[in-house]
Amino acid sequence: MDWLKFFRAEKNNTAKTAKDRLMLAVAYQRSGQANGPAYLPRLREELLGVVRKYIQVPDEAVQFSVQREGGLEVLELNITLPDQ
Amino acid sequence: MAKIIVVTSGKGGVGKTTTSASFATGLAMRGHKTAVIDFDVGLRNLDLIMGVERRVVFDFVNVINGEATLKQALIKDKHLDKLHILAASQTRDKDALTTEGVEKVLNDLAQDFDFIVCDSPAGIERGAFLAMYFADEALVVTNPEVSSVRDSDRVLGILSSKARLAEKGETKVKEHLVLTRYNPARVAKGEMLSLEDVKEILAIPLLGVVPESSSVLTCSNSGVPVIREEGSDAGLAYQDLVARFLGDEVPHRFITEQKKGLFSKLFGAT
Repeated sequence: MDWLKFFRAEKNNTAKTAKDRLMLAVAYQRSGQANGPAYLPRLREELLGVVRKYIQVPDEAVQFSVQREGGLEVLELNITLPDQ
Repeated sequence: MAKIIVVTSGKGGVGKTTTSASFATGLAMRGHKTAVIDFDVGLRNLDLIMGVERRVVFDFVNVINGEATLKQALIKDKHLDKLHILAASQTRDKDALTTEGVEKVLNDLAQDFDFIVCDSPAGIERGAFLAMYFADEALVVTNPEVSSVRDSDRVLGILSSKARLAEKGETKVKEHLVLTRYNPARVAKGEMLSLEDVKEILAIPLLGVVPESSSVLTCSNSGVPVIREEGSDAGLAYQDLVARFLGDEVPHRFITEQKKGLFSKLFGAT
């Protein structure tokens, strides 16, 4: 039933899928996790451990990024605390 | 003082060498003394695309090692006085390119060329890194396809952090998007990332869009940079791109679908 495809053009828009997937992949790359120091994942885990001693937070509550500003590398750490 | 431009992409097979060859040829056609260097040590290819493969005697690595002078190694284009080619070595020694060696060759070339075009190899290894390192400007060649766009983004990250200009912290490498193998008909059908999508993701200024074109292959068959092919859409796109690079205001072409008339539909004219 090939002619039915005509009415389902929206669903077959793979370019849209490509764009959405790329946005995520690129955001990950730019967050510095791809080209940051090798110890970054371990640092993240350990910091998460310390935070959890005091308050329970989900994995995704801790955001890491390495940014370059001028000649400096800045490590940015964001911990979102859960609503009490 | 010469301007150094790297043609880079991260991903292989997107049109770096095709773009380097046509871009350098275009600059020379416009009267600028231009040298184009193949940085792909071990997998030399620019010489074939430029049609000078039988005239390579000495290469880039020979010059770095002092086995030949720059003058001996530069191949003068047969059609354009102002165009010179420096071929890559076919050595398998990965460490043949050194930072100091590359810097010296670029400094020497800068004495009497207006533009130095560095054709980067794929990947982000040594050859690619050195091609980028000394650049003032970069042409980031990208296909409207997920892996190419992601790799281009990766390369942009390296350019903005690891290139010499970035290390000095004064200015940054000027980046230009070159979108190649673009097919507006497929974009219209939702089968291909659009120019707007790619621009939005990479967020760098657009220099030119080169349409998918059969003449790219036929020109490479005969060793003629596609920009020299009269009436080829890809060739015209490269001419526009060069003009824009030199500061001309040229509207973008080949970004919307050309509706074929009945005649060309029937007889397949392109």
